[in-house]
Amino acid sequence: MENYLSLFETYDVPAAFWVNIQLSFWAALWALVLGTVLALFRISPIRSLQWFGAAYVNIFRNTPLTIILAFGFLGLFSVMQVSLAGDLNVSLFRIAILGLSLYHAAFVCEAIRSGVNTVPLGQAEAARAIGLGFLPAARLIILPQAFRGAIAPLGNVLIALIKNSTVAAAGSVATESSSLMKTMIEFRSDLVIPIFLTFALGFVILIIPIGLLTTWASRKLAVAR
Amino acid sequence: MSAQQVLFDAPGPRTRRTILIFNILGVLIALALLAWIVSALADRGQLAASMWTPFLQARTWEFFILPGLLNTLKAAGIAIVTSVAFGLLFGVGRLSHLAPIRWVAGTVVEFLRAVPVLLMMIFFWLALGRSGAVEPQNAPLIAVILALTLYNGSVIAELVRSGVHGLPKGQREAGMAIGLTRNQSLRNIEVPQALIAMLPALISQFVVILKDSALGYIITYPELLQYTRRLGVGEGNVIPSLLVAAAIFILINFALSTLATRMSSLLSFRTRTRKRAAEDVVVMDAAST
Repeated sequence: MENYLSLFETYDVPAAFWVNIQLSFWAALWALVLGTVLALFRISPIRSLQWFGAAYVNIFRNTPLTIILAFGFLGLFSVMQVSLAGDLNVSLFRIAILGLSLYHAAFVCEAIRSGVNTVPLGQAEAARAIGLGFLPAARLIILPQAFRGAIAPLGNVLIALIKNSTVAAAGSVATESSSLMKTMIEFRSDLVIPIFLTFALGFVILIIPIGLLTTWASRKLAVAR
Repeated sequence: MSAQQVLFDAPGPRTRRTILIFNILGVLIALALLAWIVSALADRGQLAASMWTPFLQARTWEFFILPGLLNTLKAAGIAIVTSVAFGLLFGVGRLSHLAPIRWVAGTVVEFLRAVPVLLMMIFFWLALGRSGAVEPQNAPLIAVILALTLYNGSVIAELVRSGVHGLPKGQREAGMAIGLTRNQSLRNIEVPQALIAMLPALISQFVVILKDSALGYIITYPELLQYTRRLGVGEGNVIPSLLVAAAIFILINFALSTLATRMSSLLSFRTRTRKRAAEDVVVMDAAST
């Protein structure tokens, strides 16, 4: 037990989780923005935009996240020398956020599209009947209801995103939790199982409230029909 | 899908003109984006012929891409079989009429679904490698398979459960009526039907397994990404190599996803009453790495 507690003095476990939370937060924000735009593209009457949205989703949804994040480090950072900040580590951190956002935007787009499918035809017809064009109808009638119908799938995307933030290890973000766990196990191989359970439990604690919250919110905010 | 036709009216002449303008604008922006990427790559010399000629040589495929792809398919293939087995076992466990079995299966499944696959992979890799339970050079492969099985098996267990829950109640009652026990009715009547209903979601999960097998890269399993990185470092063409690896993954996964969509429309007449539940599941787990 004392052995176990001494781990927390040597290694800053909460700080590693904080890195994952930050990665997830910023990636969730950007993915939501990009995903909403893509969903609008896909339901718009404009063929070229529909095509672009579909191509984006098919490409990013079918690429392993590991390749995207490894590309961020090996391709963008090393070869292309893309720099998103003066500091090297901050730059890698931001490139990882970029990769996570691009990947999850495809899933956000599909979640919102599934939300659009929950909006009854009559709503769109009514919007047209009172003379709204595509954008006003989408902004005032369709999307508000679609978001409420998409809370559960969006919550699942968020949960997946939090778990996937560990893959930032492939993008050389060495401060996040899976990398710290690897270091800790390497140095304290007598405590392999307690170390793993600590990190696993950390994610369970992070994720279960989000699951409960989105389930509650999707019931509470469901459009009564 | 159906939303697409009703969100806007059949366009009149003025709307058609607007649509045309935006269409042209959209194409131009897409082209500008493409041109920007291409010029950035060209600036760094990534489009030079020498970067891409290695992919025309047989030895590149023979010694790098095909062995990598083979290892990826091996890990993913084994993991698919074992996760289906794990999923069936725990899915039926969650439906058991014995409360303790239900709780144990439920706790295990919920826990495994909340833990990142990569954490499990690193754990098994280091734990197995150090304990000497397996040959050290086999540890990465076994860790990849174990982690993928535990995570995706749990997801499949949930698919089995929601598939059975989505069946009409009459199915179980009919089983009871002809004198089957609850377990017999579950095994012989409900689960087989649920399996057919969940086939599209199951195939989508196979895509997830295939994508997640690339996590093996982080724990030094020599899969496609690992091999293409080596190729890239050796030939000095990291970006082309990674793009080729991504393209291979996209092709395989796109084929699988298309199969899942086809299957789902093919099966829709059989699963009409419970389509909703199956759809929810597809959306629910598609996002995992």
